[in-house]
Amino acid sequence: MNPPSPDPGSGESYKGSGHFRLRLLRDRLARYAVAVGGNGVIVAILLILFYLLYVVMPLGRSPEMWQEAQYAMAQQAPIEYLAMEEQAEVGMLLDGGGRVHFFSTLDGSTVKDVRLPVPEGVSIDSFSAARPNTGVLALGLSNGQALVFKPQYQVSYPHDKRVITPEIVYPLGEAPVDVDTRGQPLKMLALQAGESYSLVGWAEDGTLSLLHASAAESLLADEGSFEFEHGSTQTDEEAIQALLIDPGQRDLYVVGKDGTLGWYEIDAGAAMRLHEQIKTTPAGVDVADVQLLAGGTSIMVAANDGKISQWFSVRGEGGVRHLKQIRSFEAPRDATRIVPEFSRKGFLVADGSGGVGVYHATAHKLLMHQTVADSGIRMLAIGPRAHALLALDDNNVLHFWRMRNEHPEVSWEALWSKVWYEGYDEPAYIWQSSSADNTFEPKFSLTPLTFGTLKAAFYAMLFAIPLAILGAIFTAYFMAPKMRQVVKPSIEIMEAMPTVILGFLAGLWLAPLVESHLSGIFLLFVFLPLVVLITAYAWHLIPEALRQRIPDGWEAALLIPVLALTVWLALTISSPLEHLLFGGDLPHWLDIHGIGFDQRNSLVVGLAMGFAVIPTIFSIAEDAIFAVPKHLTNGSLALGATPWQTLVRVVLLTASPGLFSAVMMGVGRAVGETMIVLMATGNTPVMDMSVFQGMRTLSANIAVEMPESEVNSTHYRVLFLAALVLFLFTFLFNTGAELIRQRLRGKYSSL
Amino acid sequence: MRNDMKSWWRSGAPWIWLNAAAVSASLAMVIGLLGLIAYNGLGHFWPHAVWAIEYNAADGSGTQHLIGEITDEEVTSVERMRHAGAQLPENIGEDLDRYLLKTGNRDVSGLDFRWILQPLIVERLRPHDLVVFERTEWGNFYGFIKNIKQDGVIVSEGNAAWLELQARLEKIDEVRGQIRHLEKGEIGAINYRIEQLRLERRRLELEGRDTPERLAQLDSERQVLQTQFGHLRKELDAKYQAISGDSVTMAVMNRQEVEVPLAKIVRAYRPNDMGALQKAGFYLSKLWEFVSADPREANTEGGIFPAIFGTVIMVMLMSVIVTPFGVVAAVYLREYARQGPLTRLIRIAVNNLAGVPSIVYGVFGLGFFVYFLGGNIDQLFYPEALPAPTFGTPGLMWASLTLALLTLPVVIVATEEGLARIPSSIREGSLALGATKAETLWRTVLPMASPAMMTGLILAVARAAGEVAPLMLVGVVKLAPSLPLDGNPPFVHLDRKFMHLGFHIYDVGFQSPNVEAARPLVYATALLLVVVILVLNMAAIAIRNRLRERYRELEQ
Repeated sequence: MNPPSPDPGSGESYKGSGHFRLRLLRDRLARYAVAVGGNGVIVAILLILFYLLYVVMPLGRSPEMWQEAQYAMAQQAPIEYLAMEEQAEVGMLLDGGGRVHFFSTLDGSTVKDVRLPVPEGVSIDSFSAARPNTGVLALGLSNGQALVFKPQYQVSYPHDKRVITPEIVYPLGEAPVDVDTRGQPLKMLALQAGESYSLVGWAEDGTLSLLHASAAESLLADEGSFEFEHGSTQTDEEAIQALLIDPGQRDLYVVGKDGTLGWYEIDAGAAMRLHEQIKTTPAGVDVADVQLLAGGTSIMVAANDGKISQWFSVRGEGGVRHLKQIRSFEAPRDATRIVPEFSRKGFLVADGSGGVGVYHATAHKLLMHQTVADSGIRMLAIGPRAHALLALDDNNVLHFWRMRNEHPEVSWEALWSKVWYEGYDEPAYIWQSSSADNTFEPKFSLTPLTFGTLKAAFYAMLFAIPLAILGAIFTAYFMAPKMRQVVKPSIEIMEAMPTVILGFLAGLWLAPLVESHLSGIFLLFVFLPLVVLITAYAWHLIPEALRQRIPDGWEAALLIPVLALTVWLALTISSPLEHLLFGGDLPHWLDIHGIGFDQRNSLVVGLAMGFAVIPTIFSIAEDAIFAVPKHLTNGSLALGATPWQTLVRVVLLTASPGLFSAVMMGVGRAVGETMIVLMATGNTPVMDMSVFQGMRTLSANIAVEMPESEVNSTHYRVLFLAALVLFLFTFLFNTGAELIRQRLRGKYSSL
Repeated sequence: MRNDMKSWWRSGAPWIWLNAAAVSASLAMVIGLLGLIAYNGLGHFWPHAVWAIEYNAADGSGTQHLIGEITDEEVTSVERMRHAGAQLPENIGEDLDRYLLKTGNRDVSGLDFRWILQPLIVERLRPHDLVVFERTEWGNFYGFIKNIKQDGVIVSEGNAAWLELQARLEKIDEVRGQIRHLEKGEIGAINYRIEQLRLERRRLELEGRDTPERLAQLDSERQVLQTQFGHLRKELDAKYQAISGDSVTMAVMNRQEVEVPLAKIVRAYRPNDMGALQKAGFYLSKLWEFVSADPREANTEGGIFPAIFGTVIMVMLMSVIVTPFGVVAAVYLREYARQGPLTRLIRIAVNNLAGVPSIVYGVFGLGFFVYFLGGNIDQLFYPEALPAPTFGTPGLMWASLTLALLTLPVVIVATEEGLARIPSSIREGSLALGATKAETLWRTVLPMASPAMMTGLILAVARAAGEVAPLMLVGVVKLAPSLPLDGNPPFVHLDRKFMHLGFHIYDVGFQSPNVEAARPLVYATALLLVVVILVLNMAAIAIRNRLRERYRELEQ
């Protein structure tokens, strides 16, 4: 630490020499290098924690919105519809005069104007949009016909610059199609598009007329020609707020102004049948807007009393589906519009005072509320990627805003509590991160995974704690020193055993063995202690002279053949026993009696992972017991206590914090173990404490899903969150154990 | 008697015995586990007898002539078999033996394993002339040789056919070696160079230096390579042609005749005709194949050389990274940092990192190393390959770095322990003689602590070699097309994915389509891994013990 003391002989001259200075310089350099390197390594370790946090943080970030532009729109006829293309560069609006106006969202300049081919002398009475992803729109005309059209955007890159050219196409042809065959004006229209098209019109006399257009299958028909089917029914609704068709084109919802909702099923042959009629709002409360959420399962109803309610069908008694209110959201009383997102279960709510609320249905959350205009919002559109919005206010001014809202579906509640997902009959904890369907809603409940983790750890500890702790007691306190020298390292070396090997054996060797000898395995838990006690008593009874042959402390060696014999015996009588009691096949018998049996179950995991954590617990516990000062035990023995009394009253008491810390370390290891659970369970995220069922743990889940998750997606971040949970959990557990151990060490040294 | 039992019970002896049983059980499990792996792993390569069995089909459809190895047997209940639809004779008791017969010939019969019931066996024999083929695809083949054909013409029949077959197989093996050399070596190198030229061209374009002269030069280089490629291709085709003509006609199960091309046969032997010595020789050659050959048949057959190689390379790279950093951190903590609550805290933290689940390191490695660092490196240095990632995808370098981070605590803790054991008198002596702190450290302390570092490194290597979970995220694959080290510059390809012993076990044991056939190989792989890791650990323990002895002497 100090510079070298001067050499007494040539002291002063050497101290001034270049060589000496060089040495000092080197010394200083080494000091800096080591400090930088050492701190660097420590920082690198901290980096793990901070990087995990850095990736997880955006999950909790609220959405942001900022204004990009606003401009007035000169318009003669009232505006019916507002939309944007994928990039949110070109906006589109449709007015009641049948004009489609494409404009640049940044400055409102016209890109293109198209007049729709509405026949002479016919007026536009209604309008409808299909599922937003399809982009298909329709006008309901006063002659009972409808015009189906679709704005399309061609993207080209002349000179490496993106140019978007809009155009209008007519999927069913440029001529309007008959919806109401009697020619009554279509006062209300519903449209749904996919492989086929469904249109439902409502005339003021209460007639609902359905047109179903499907691609012609006949070989003679031209490419792109359609076959039409017509159907009609009567509704007693007098004032209709909305007509909606689900994307599967099987269900029609007729919503009255007063909140009554009629659910019609559309059968083959274009027949409509009333399935259920309910009231969605309290008496006297009118409906402001009704929309289907992305995927078309949920109906969102905005009422004038400031409530937005979500409805979807659940299976009731007798398997009949009926609509049920799932949850409701607080909204301004003057809400004017609901605008669902294109692919997520989020929606926007515009109100009469110029505000826009951003909601997420499944997360049951108002994410933010932002005033975007000074007067009420009449019309609102969201970009297909949910990163932009266009609002038209009462003064005909358009407001173009950008939005960042990356992870609306994640909330504390969604991650840890029961959530009522679409298509489920009740709220549940579900982890289901992906599926083939893109309207599918990922379900990120960490509860079943955490449950699985704790369940696996619980069964592992159930197996490991008795063996490891009792074994440690014997090894540290009773065992002959010579034997201890062999036993301790050979158990400890198992800590280095690759868990992939344990997992492989558990999955491919142990699991079938347990399945075919299930009763034998359970017999073992009774047999083993019993046999040991009988052996012990027999040993006690045999003549002293014979007993002296084997020195004290070698009992363990004596027991190995006895144990091996017992195991063999239990497994052998397993089959006859199952014949006698369970009809020859215990797993099958369990299945019949309502206890599901999974070959790769918690029992197997408990045994395999228990084996993996035994060395950890054993090693620390043994150290703790062995370190109990000898004078304590000697004192106790000298006072006449038996070795067992000394052990229980003196040694274990003194070493108990050490044993506790050993168990904590074991839990820490069991919780984070990946390969064993990955290979020895079926990895199904169920919440079932049964020992015959598998589980899915946090760590196995990460190993399975991480390679396939898209970078920076919600799934990716939730998996990072799972890793962070594991990190913190084990870190806290280990720190706790370490602190206890250090205090214990202090206590011993003071004794 | 009763009193005696009571006093015995009170003495606590039963509890002591129970404690003893816990140790015995733990020990027995350890021994049993190692024995299980060793037995299954080593037994796999021994040539087993092949049976020809006359068998009454369980569904009552008549007599079958089965050929195969018995790989497993178990006792099961007659009741259960009857339930499953087996037509069994009356009066055969409650239980029966059933055997798992490996019938091979997957291309002929579709299944290569089936259970047969002991009571239905009419006769079983071990004919001497039963031949087993190991093939490049479709797994093992069992049957009797009928004749050998060359281009469809019979050249040998009867007893002479076996000798003829061996002679021909030897020749084919030689040609196959040449083909492998051509494909992997020369053609591989040319493909690699052509790819490099493509990337260079793209790079020139991106940087705007794509002058016509430069492009023409690249094109001419490419032309040369293309011509070479064409020549090699022709040579290769000729060689394939040379071995494709021969075939052997075999009589298989149920007296069916099947023709097998010789080019598909890797090894032919007659296990029932082998003496013990021959079997031992066969065993050794199989063992050698296991550690030195490439895998076949979706990793379920052949060797595991690429996995061994990948593991070794990864572990070596990791050691190069982890040793200096671990030692510097330990030296800093022990020799330079002021000892106080902060260092204590850091020490606890470092200690605990060893207990953080390895999958967490994998997640970190994937997010930080692969996507963040790797993605940026690609942007900066390999824009020509984009959008195909170079370092922005899991690979050898990131795997080594991740495992280095994972094993850092092990090295730090071991080195620190070594440093702490060096008596301060030695340091003080050195300082008193006029050495600077750095000199003391470099000349005295570190050499004395080197066994401790060695211990740390060995433990780190043992941990890294057995770790699988993080590697699944940052670099291993089930089948790597090329080794991370080869003859193409820059020779070590840090961006390549690699194979790993531990992952091989997981993949073959759980992801392969034919788990039953792959099981023996998985046991053998597991055995190899266990042996490597146990040897490493025992070496570490031995070094540590020697070290302790030495310091004990020093202190006295």
